[in-house]
Amino acid sequence: MGRFVAVTIIVIAIISAIPIVRHTWWMAPDISTHGQPIDDQMSETMAEAGIAFLASQIILALFIWKFSNPKPGDRVKNFPGGAKAMVWAAFLLVGTEVLALGVFGVKAWANIYLTPPAANALPVQVQAGQFAFYFRYPGPDGTFGAAHPEMISEANQNYFGIDSDHDADAKDDIVTAEMAIPVNREVHLLMHSKDVGHSFFVPELRVQQDFVPGLDLTLHFTATKVGRYEIVCTQLCGLGHYNMKAYLSVLSQEDFDGWLKKQAALQ
Amino acid sequence: MHDVSAAHHAPPTSFIRKHVFSLDHKVIGKQYYALALVAVVVGMVLSWLMRIHLAWTNYAIPGLHLLSANGAPGNVMTPEYYLQLMTMHATIMVFFVLTTAPFAAFGNYFLPIQVGAEDMPFPHFNMMSFWVTFVGFLVLMSSFFVADGPTLGGWTQYAPLSAVGAVGGPGQGMGVVLWAASIGIFCIGQLLGSLNFITTTLDMRTRGMSMWRLPLSAWAWFVTSVMGLTAFAVLMPACILLILDHVAGTSFFVPSNLVINDQLQPHSGGSTLLWQHLFWFFGHPEVYIAIVPGLGIVSHVLITNMRKPMLSHRVLVYSMAALAVLSYMVYGHHMFVSGMNPVSSLAFSFPTLIITIPSSIVVLIWLGSLYGSKLRINAASLFALGFISMFISGGVSGFFLAQPSIDIMLHATYFVVGHFHMVMGVAAMFGIFAGTYFWFPKMFGRMMNETLGKIHFWFSFVGAYAIFMPFHYLGLAGNVRRYQAFVDDYLQPLIPVHRFITIAALLTGAAQLIFLFNLFHSRFWGKPATDNPWQATSLEWSTPTTPPPYNNFGDTLPTVYHDPYQYGVESSAGDYLMQVSPEQVKGAQDEA
Repeated sequence: MGRFVAVTIIVIAIISAIPIVRHTWWMAPDISTHGQPIDDQMSETMAEAGIAFLASQIILALFIWKFSNPKPGDRVKNFPGGAKAMVWAAFLLVGTEVLALGVFGVKAWANIYLTPPAANALPVQVQAGQFAFYFRYPGPDGTFGAAHPEMISEANQNYFGIDSDHDADAKDDIVTAEMAIPVNREVHLLMHSKDVGHSFFVPELRVQQDFVPGLDLTLHFTATKVGRYEIVCTQLCGLGHYNMKAYLSVLSQEDFDGWLKKQAALQ
Repeated sequence: MHDVSAAHHAPPTSFIRKHVFSLDHKVIGKQYYALALVAVVVGMVLSWLMRIHLAWTNYAIPGLHLLSANGAPGNVMTPEYYLQLMTMHATIMVFFVLTTAPFAAFGNYFLPIQVGAEDMPFPHFNMMSFWVTFVGFLVLMSSFFVADGPTLGGWTQYAPLSAVGAVGGPGQGMGVVLWAASIGIFCIGQLLGSLNFITTTLDMRTRGMSMWRLPLSAWAWFVTSVMGLTAFAVLMPACILLILDHVAGTSFFVPSNLVINDQLQPHSGGSTLLWQHLFWFFGHPEVYIAIVPGLGIVSHVLITNMRKPMLSHRVLVYSMAALAVLSYMVYGHHMFVSGMNPVSSLAFSFPTLIITIPSSIVVLIWLGSLYGSKLRINAASLFALGFISMFISGGVSGFFLAQPSIDIMLHATYFVVGHFHMVMGVAAMFGIFAGTYFWFPKMFGRMMNETLGKIHFWFSFVGAYAIFMPFHYLGLAGNVRRYQAFVDDYLQPLIPVHRFITIAALLTGAAQLIFLFNLFHSRFWGKPATDNPWQATSLEWSTPTTPPPYNNFGDTLPTVYHDPYQYGVESSAGDYLMQVSPEQVKGAQDEA
């Protein structure tokens, strides 16, 4: 039976690897300027983890195959290199591999999180709440009106709690349920949650960031491809979590200007 | 070292002292095992219900309304009921199965015997440890029966959803309070247990039993109990603070200016990230609390069935200790995109990558030890080998999740679900199965049926891969976890994969009935076992009777002469030398 176990392990290992190698199910194509290092990091990790996975499973299977049918007179033998060889292998092979991944990964991460947004980035506020996203653009004055939590009301469609009657900055703010951004222009996303934890995940944009109630976080990115994408919530936020989504339209600058004008007229 | 045979307690005479409020660590171990068995059945049935719902969202599951009329009107699961079942599945499995069975159940039964003691040093604490845990389980189960059901917040109970009260959604009022009370109570039980395990290992060893002569299973329970003592000591106060936010008007985890249902919430001054730090400071060591006993049990079972010791006993012990120490330094990898400072993410990333080194050493030592062995294939060794395969598969996916940049794509997806189910779920379960097939003869004096055990292995091994490998593919494609249905456009092509997984899960789950049947049938009608059916060396196989008497070794505690794993030698008994044998033979290598 040992040999059957060995064959099964090898068959399972190979079948498991096929969809990975063929990219049967894979990340959606990247549409961001910062995504390439993430994709590279993913591919390198996949190659190294894949080799580690296949090599260990195959060695496990080979040893089971070879040593599970001992003949009566056989004596046990020791692995030639002993434990020292294993410890060195772990430190040298696995240790250098993971450290290299870690060091290169710093760059991909720093690109997104440790660089400031460009001065001319388009500011967009996003308000997350059970179970919808709303977006706010500052309008021609370039300034967002102040948010008053006590004025937030779904019933009155005042999703951001703005006081447009008294606040001059708020008068031209544009609030939408869909997000649109111009292509090839950096966006500075100002994230706020009005109730519980949520998250902003757009796989194509290579961004995922939690909303933390009580903490205003920001994110910046540039989309490079016109199209319509989905923004989904990835932080369990209650019974409607699965249904919390919004669409993101990446438009040409011209289309974006037109869209914003249309939205302003609807306010 | 303990060298006086002092009777801690006389043999029990009443039914209650023998079987209910027993002070005997062996009975307590079996009670923990029974609790884990009940819990795992509940947890597995919940997973079936979830899987059916995920694959066929509006399918009416016959009889489901009997479980909850509100949660399943017309037998169709509501979105909130899915999340409630999911939360209960995870909580039951992590706490009441993966912590209780490999650590509390087997550890209680075998740690005192393996160190050569007649019992644990604090038998009353030990009894309390089980009964407190049992009460914790009842409190958790009771949340099924309160008005709006159990909490839907997931086993991680992220604040502020968990702390704002009923306004957060169904189950977020009383459901959360019961959840936090249950887990707080559970922590007390495990703290009492950990204290006993640590003192048993350090103070109760018999003559000749130095620390290095402890079997790897005993080392694993010792390392785990040290982790338990620090991890549960953090989770318990966190649960108390969460309860206070509900009942005492405090705001530890809720900041000001939250608006729910258009109502400004009466909270201020709390921090939502505080909960995450407290929870994961417990939560990551908890992963190792679930898996380290498995490392020990599997090593112990494999050595006996390989008929040779591991390449190095000490390197395995040092690796387990390294895993334990590092497990506290890596917890922030659960929080890369949580809004924690991005430099902290990098700081947590490196220890997470480094923890792959001791894990790899363990795997390489196992592989190197298999070389040149005389491997016996039986149900116990099959599950031990299966454990190694699962540990490798679940381990390599950790390379991805250790890196913040990749985590942007994989966080909160099914990739994570696949990773932890393989490495701490299935692997730990395989460790439990290996331990069960191996130790059952000692615990009950009867052998389990080997043929049924092997059939059980084949279904479980192939089934577990069929269920959990595709989870990784779903995650790569961006399939978000904790969704009760997949309504997003980009998730539509993934639904057939979910159907495949559901069918695999139902079949693999059904195969576990073979194990349950084998367990109960063998308990009463199994072939009678001899004292040492596997020709093993450690102290549990040298008790005067099988099962061992109430004081384990009769009137005299054993004296230990050898390292735990003297296999491949030529002794009067055969190719092994028991720890209690004074015989000196050629080929025996005593390090201690």
